[in-house]
Amino acid sequence: MVEVWSWSEIWQGFLWPLLVMAFWSVLLLVVLLVVIAFLLLMDRKVWAAVQMRRGPNVVGPFGLLQSFADLLKFVLKEPLIPAGSDKGVFLLAPVVASVLALAAWAVIPVNEDGWGRWVISNLNVGILYLFAISSLGVYGVIMGGWASNSKYAFLGSLRSAAQMVSYEVSIGFVIITVLLCVGSLNMTDIVNAQKTGIGTRYGLPASALDWYWLALLPMFIVFFISALAETNRPPFDLPEAESELVAGFMVEYSSTPYLLFMLGEYVAITTMCALTTIMFLGGWLPPLSVAPLTWVPGIFWFVGKVVLVFFMFAMVKAFVPRYRYDQLMRLGWKVFLPLSLIMVVAVAGVLHVFDLAP
Amino acid sequence: MTLAPAFFYLFAFVTVAAGFMVIAAKNPVHAVLFLILAFFNAAGLFVLLGAEFLAMILVVVYVGAVAVLFLFVVMMLDVDFAELRAGFMKNAPLGAFIGLILLAELVLVVGFQMVRPGALAAPSAPIPAPGSGITNAEAIGRVLYTKYVYYFQGAGLILLVAMIGAIVLTLRHKEGVKRQSIAAQVARGKKTAIDVVQVAPGAAIVPPARASQ
Repeated sequence: MVEVWSWSEIWQGFLWPLLVMAFWSVLLLVVLLVVIAFLLLMDRKVWAAVQMRRGPNVVGPFGLLQSFADLLKFVLKEPLIPAGSDKGVFLLAPVVASVLALAAWAVIPVNEDGWGRWVISNLNVGILYLFAISSLGVYGVIMGGWASNSKYAFLGSLRSAAQMVSYEVSIGFVIITVLLCVGSLNMTDIVNAQKTGIGTRYGLPASALDWYWLALLPMFIVFFISALAETNRPPFDLPEAESELVAGFMVEYSSTPYLLFMLGEYVAITTMCALTTIMFLGGWLPPLSVAPLTWVPGIFWFVGKVVLVFFMFAMVKAFVPRYRYDQLMRLGWKVFLPLSLIMVVAVAGVLHVFDLAP
Repeated sequence: MTLAPAFFYLFAFVTVAAGFMVIAAKNPVHAVLFLILAFFNAAGLFVLLGAEFLAMILVVVYVGAVAVLFLFVVMMLDVDFAELRAGFMKNAPLGAFIGLILLAELVLVVGFQMVRPGALAAPSAPIPAPGSGITNAEAIGRVLYTKYVYYFQGAGLILLVAMIGAIVLTLRHKEGVKRQSIAAQVARGKKTAIDVVQVAPGAAIVPPARASQ
């Protein structure tokens, strides 16, 4: 049996939904990338301020256009491909790194209200999707390190593989603790569950005290540190430790492929900031539910909290010295893993005994 | 919903093609990368079936952890391709035999309706209707932790034994390796860390040899 479809059916069934999807995705990517350009500048400015330097201040007012100048510089340079490299995998690696990092943003809700669409895909398993995608970030690094056919790059990628696999475990347990309190894998539900909590239990109006950073304080700290390790941020930037491995897995990269790696890294950091905001800092909820604060659209609260978490990332980079590799592994497997495992059991026990489970 | 068939053919085609390339690729690292592509597209097929929880678990477990270790091992191996291909003809009959058994089993699985009609008619647990508001993570949890709890615990026990086995096989205590004791370092105080000596003018004091660290 052969079905014959008319053009209008094809338009309504295939092309229109595809166009709508493409429009929202492109809108999200453009906004996200512009925000990241300024976050990158902020990172460098904070770093400079801690070291009593000016930081980038030449391109544009206060150096605001520095990231765009860097973009042009990277794109216009010549990409070098080492002769001994595996060319296909060598060029695929940065694309994998940046595409996977950007794909994570499909499920992150930035606001919720009656009008407008604030999330690309409101998945029921949103947080699991995010966890899955962030655990794939290691592939860009491994592929890049192996395909470069260079000892420094290979050592960097081996370190990275071990590091990211180790810290994923504790991130997984932290996510499980939050899910126990929420009772749903949906990102929007996770934020909405934080409308009531410790504060409202004692008769206070909904406020920052209800968010999970207070109720799950040890997990919040474990998650923040694990997020630093998972995204290869200092003090855990051993895959690219410049004093030991030159630039680690990126040592053979130049021009646009290098740009894509850096982009992927910063997008992953922003994703982790957004995830921290959603799981522990109440997403788009105002810090206190009283009149002037509730008038502010939720998106501003969300962006403000993401920038705050990013500021903490930048400060850690500025004043914590780099870990030694065995200390990094010790922290992951001997401190965070038992701690988060005990917390999963403890939180489940408390929720069950006091009948708080959703 | 009419987009679903298009995506089904996309995922299915890429899965099969990647599966073929796993055995056809000359470089083992490429083979593992194609394997990852196949896993990924299989997860896409799960999503199309409405089993998004399984899809995500497939990606987390197989792509995020198992395949990373595969890749890790394969990258470290120094593979000699000529040697690898030398035994091909010798082992071909055995491979063909195993392949034939697998093929027969696959045919039986696909054609199970002929062997036992109505096998799918009565699922062992009621499947929640699509519109009932029960997500499939919940649906799996309801049968996994009630009806199949002993199988679940048994599987967990087997994994634990395998994990302990792996640790026992690889754990070796080497003699003469210096290890960091963080507690000892933190506990160092004024008394154990520094010696205060009074040196008379014109004199010298040779400190006694310190006991080893």
